[in-house]
Amino acid sequence: MNPAPISRGIGHVMANTTLTDNKIDLHHIARPLWIDRLIVGVLAFSAGVAIIVTFGIVLSLVSETILFLNKVPLSEFLFGLDWSPQTAIRADQVGAEGSFGAIPLINGTLLISAIAMLVATPLGLASAVYLSEYASNRARDWIKPSLEILAGIPTVVYGFFAALTVAPFIRMTGGQFGLEIASESALAAGVVMGIMIVPLISSLSDDVINAVPQSLRDASFGLGATQSETVRKIILPAALPGISGALLLATSRAIGETMIVVMAAGLAANLTLNPLQAVTTVTAQIVALLTGDQEFDSAKTLSAFALGLLLFILTLCLNVAAQIIVRKYREHYD
Amino acid sequence: MIDFSKHAGFDLSVRTRAEKRFQWTGRLAILLSLAFLGWMMVTIIWGAIGATQSVQIAVSVDLSRVDGQAIENTRFGSIVKTGLRSQFPEVSKRADKKKLYNLVSPEGGFELARQVQKNPDLLGETALIWLTASDDLSQYYRGQMDVDLPEDQRQVSDLEIAWITDLADRGQIRTKANWGFFTNGDSREPEIAGILAALVGSALSLAVCFALSFPIGIAAATYLEEFAPLNRISDIVEVNINNLAAVPSIVFGLLGLSIFLGYFGLPRSSPLVGGMVLSLMTLPTIIIASRASLKSVPPSIKEAALALGATPVQAVFHHVFPVALPGMLTGAIIGMARALGDTAPLLMIGMVAFIVDIPKSILEPATALPVQIFLWADSPERAFSEKTSAAILALLFFLVAMNLVAILLRRKLEQRF
Repeated sequence: MNPAPISRGIGHVMANTTLTDNKIDLHHIARPLWIDRLIVGVLAFSAGVAIIVTFGIVLSLVSETILFLNKVPLSEFLFGLDWSPQTAIRADQVGAEGSFGAIPLINGTLLISAIAMLVATPLGLASAVYLSEYASNRARDWIKPSLEILAGIPTVVYGFFAALTVAPFIRMTGGQFGLEIASESALAAGVVMGIMIVPLISSLSDDVINAVPQSLRDASFGLGATQSETVRKIILPAALPGISGALLLATSRAIGETMIVVMAAGLAANLTLNPLQAVTTVTAQIVALLTGDQEFDSAKTLSAFALGLLLFILTLCLNVAAQIIVRKYREHYD
Repeated sequence: MIDFSKHAGFDLSVRTRAEKRFQWTGRLAILLSLAFLGWMMVTIIWGAIGATQSVQIAVSVDLSRVDGQAIENTRFGSIVKTGLRSQFPEVSKRADKKKLYNLVSPEGGFELARQVQKNPDLLGETALIWLTASDDLSQYYRGQMDVDLPEDQRQVSDLEIAWITDLADRGQIRTKANWGFFTNGDSREPEIAGILAALVGSALSLAVCFALSFPIGIAAATYLEEFAPLNRISDIVEVNINNLAAVPSIVFGLLGLSIFLGYFGLPRSSPLVGGMVLSLMTLPTIIIASRASLKSVPPSIKEAALALGATPVQAVFHHVFPVALPGMLTGAIIGMARALGDTAPLLMIGMVAFIVDIPKSILEPATALPVQIFLWADSPERAFSEKTSAAILALLFFLVAMNLVAILLRRKLEQRF
């Protein structure tokens, strides 16, 4: 940050130095200062737009959620074990409003995210260690961008691939071992999501590992440790806070991921920890609730906003935690 | 003396092997990730091959009784049917006739109408006209159907196969490069469906997104980097922007649904709202990239301007800005590329509609390329799966192109100090 207060000083005075008239007009101002103030004001307002957007998110989510909580009690939403939102055909129908227990959705979201992280963490970390400690510059120059391609591919493409290729493949492979695997299994969605997250983890961890001071490596080598011993016993522990920050960010990304789960995980709200079964997630349900016909005030539509708020809070907590950890770690070495 | 060789932890050969294993773990991880990328790309390219060709069938149609003045009122669909019947006069059963008509795409009538409009000389005679074949015929003709299945389990019956063989023998079936894929809108019939409407929708949304997020983004970045006082409020804004960058995209869609559509009453499914929602997402990306770019401008440039009597605003806009602009533009293009691939927020604001017509303004209902992919991926017909793969390749092509432009721009305009 570079604070530059606008003040009337010699800097704003234009020197009027022509050959014929050698006087300097100390009171002539190159341009009125209010223009500068106006411009800075416009710039400051633009920066404020980011705040407005955040307020907009919170406001829209909270207001709709309050409407939702007027219809469905908070305890049912947060602790209910049954998720089956319906639109009533008749007003006096039994269970006309359906049930809105978010636990199966949270369970599904966490299950798929956990599978994704189980795939992405070892792959991402091992790639980062290899790239920063072993790879030659030439290898690094082409491996890094190639991995980044994985991050640049739109998630709808992953979703298509997960649903049409990976899921049948897993189902078939499982069938060979006599396993009954659902065609929209949590495993397929999770594995594909994990691959998508690999570059996020590897590039963040790569930065963190590179930030570990060279003196630590040199000291370890000096004591006779091999490179892998140095990595495992010195570098990784030193980089641990940064790496855990990266993992938190990746988890937040997995929780908020939508298209892969919409296309590959399905809509069955099963309360299970079995990765071979079909589960559904918060994001997939939001899409299901809000696409197609909707009445704006029904509990069904409003529940999507309550789920959105849940998602927003969950990811925000993870992001803030990641930032705090990373910030603390930086203070440690700088 | 300690005998190191006897101590397992110090055995050099064990340690060397551990070192090798560790290195190979890293290589394996990279290989696995890249192998997955390769598997995905090969699958998609392989799947898209079928969509590059379209199968056409020549039908002799009797246009002698069509009134040149009233082409709009002519029922070309029935002319096509009559043409098919005249080719196979032996078909008499109602169900068989229906099968016969199914050789040509259900859109065949419209296609004929368009050809007649383009070429009015056809009127008044019987002509052999190439029309797009139906999905089933295309699949069979390209050998994508399992003919060994019992008749009641496959999509073409023996009778239809006989017709197709007969037509093929007479040279009345051909395959042709499928340009319609790039010039048609969506359709219920996979053999007709194209991506143009979705492409235009995406382009309009991105234009809105760029027009909103680029000026606001660079203005915000300039303020934060050059003018903001170092205080709590600036700190809050900064943390806020970082957090905004990590908010799941679907949440922006919810905001668009409740505020842009619900509160302001903007038109649903329109590229205007789509672009607005996407711009909320790209804004933090552009701000962060622009700040990095401004930061890389050496302070000496600004100081020189200040020393020569420029006001701080003049120093920034006349001297720092031009140097930082390529970097800002690069950040914006990369942000746009991400916005182009994003689907979830557009689903929220109703850009999932079935759009046949090419949208002409940002207020008309439209869909976007990734949403089109999502819609087609959901369709059960095999031919739509081919179209999905082809649409994915088109999307990836645009993403690669945008990223290349960003890289070239950076190379060409970047100044080093």
